Amino acid sequence: MSFNYSTSLAGAFFANPIFTASGCAGSGKELAHFFPLSSLGAVVTKSIMIKPRSGRATPRMAETPSGMLNSIGLQGPGIDIFLENDIPWLRDQGARIIVSIAGESVEEYAVLSRKLRNVPGISAVEVNISCPNVENRGQVFACNPDTAAAAIAAARRNIGGELPIIAKLSPDVTDIVAIAGSVIDAGADGLALINTLLGMVIDTNSMLPRLSQKTGGLSGPAIRPIAVRAIYQVRAVYPKIPIVGMGGVTSGRDAFELVLAGANAVSVGTATFGDPMAVIQIKNELEELCSIRGFTSFSDAVGFAHRNGGQ
Amino acid sequence: MAEIGGALINSKAQQFSAEVISNKRVGAYNHMVFAVNELAHHCRPGNFVAVLVGGASSSMVLRRAFAIYRASLRSDGVGLLELVVAANGNGSKWLAAQLPGSFVDLIAPLGTAFGIPTEPVNALLVGGGYGSAPLFALAEILKGRGCRVDMVLGASVAGKIYAPLEGKRSVNSLTITTEDASAGISGRVSDVLPDLIREHKVDVIYSCGPMAMLEAITKISQSHEILHQCSVEESMACGIGVCMTCVLPVEGDDGITRMTRSCIEGPVMDGNKVLWGHSREIPEGVWGR
Repeated sequence: MSFNYSTSLAGAFFANPIFTASGCAGSGKELAHFFPLSSLGAVVTKSIMIKPRSGRATPRMAETPSGMLNSIGLQGPGIDIFLENDIPWLRDQGARIIVSIAGESVEEYAVLSRKLRNVPGISAVEVNISCPNVENRGQVFACNPDTAAAAIAAARRNIGGELPIIAKLSPDVTDIVAIAGSVIDAGADGLALINTLLGMVIDTNSMLPRLSQKTGGLSGPAIRPIAVRAIYQVRAVYPKIPIVGMGGVTSGRDAFELVLAGANAVSVGTATFGDPMAVIQIKNELEELCSIRGFTSFSDAVGFAHRNGGQ
Repeated sequence: MAEIGGALINSKAQQFSAEVISNKRVGAYNHMVFAVNELAHHCRPGNFVAVLVGGASSSMVLRRAFAIYRASLRSDGVGLLELVVAANGNGSKWLAAQLPGSFVDLIAPLGTAFGIPTEPVNALLVGGGYGSAPLFALAEILKGRGCRVDMVLGASVAGKIYAPLEGKRSVNSLTITTEDASAGISGRVSDVLPDLIREHKVDVIYSCGPMAMLEAITKISQSHEILHQCSVEESMACGIGVCMTCVLPVEGDDGITRMTRSCIEGPVMDGNKVLWGHSREIPEGVWGR
């Protein structure tokens, strides 16, 4: 019997559940040198803001045990140039597209969503709310249930139509289930779990913080158990909400772990930096592993670790 | 230069599992030879290699970038790729410890190459430490084009000068500087450049080494109104243009300065277009600041 590898997120269909992770594949142009983007479930683009952004000063990166810190600072050309250049190019590649947006105020999420509402060829919008809110002393939207909900509600009001909204949550919170509930109530159609965790490295030669911004987002296999935990906790309370899982996935086995915890799709991020073919290898390995475990349909494996109360 | 993402990855880049066929200690460095395929034919001086380090269960998740020392195709069709590895960090230590017969995952060729003049010119090649690595193959090409090629190599101590015998043959003169006076002239490469530029009527400087050295050379090239192509050294995570780590402020052809990826639009850049000395800050006027 052939294996049904497809997945769907709030009505959006994907031929397979392996995506790039936002910020780890640009808009796909570089990875397209190594494999056809149409072979992925979806390309999740680098979070785009309203205006061009230089990003943060260097050094922006530090390798850590089984991971890395980054403080790129959302370098990018701004939504207008992005829509003019990157989206038509991605459509020409036959790629499924999930656009990730990031704002510094509730109004910016609204503006970005309005610009996306009539763009053809987009399967879903990821709303990256792990950004400092300039209207709230720079506190990150995702770290407070009310501001997280406000950003998602602004996107929901302005996106219109049937374009699913996926709220990307930060694990740097006391209760991620409460934040998840808050954004679901505000109109999120799905969740992306998890963003990076805030970390810091001090250079013991210069005896100063390694990154120019002092802190950065920790990613890579070091954070995978946190992703598994967050996905499992949210899935336990919200059995139906679509979840895109991410956090240190470097093999099909790792992806399967997130799926068993409750992910309907898996994004591959930092692993791409080590191996541009990682996302394709993970896609092939996960399909094989699902079959070996006896699943005939990928969707049957989603959340399978919750059966019998997880015992 | 287009907006961010407009420039493309080296069209010849390939991922390849390469066998180590030689690994020899030379001074402070390891000279390593890898067997590859025809990708060696597409490597140009200035291009680099991104190497996966640490083996399958490694805790090191990022690739390491190394300038290509030499690349050639043997008569039997096997490509040879040669690197000079300074075993400073855990990743390069792992690479330098790989014995002949082991395999290493690499992506090459990556990035831009040194531009070769169409007419014979007087070229001065300047290398700092292992930054000399890509300059010897460049010297041979320049000599083949009828250029005069002079070379300056500098380091903190004599053991960190990388100047193999066969490399010395391809240059008209070689000047060594060391900061501790353990070899050659006491001081830095920038101390000897003005005299060499005048003496050899230098038209273009090619350089590779630490950023502070490249900045100093740019000042000298500007005051002498000569061209300066430099290979920059910014730390990278991926080497293929997706991580946005290795950026530096560079003025584009349109006059706009952007945070530019050194793995895609570099490592070889026009020294006069780089805004030097802005580590830990985004200079004023940069696009999207």
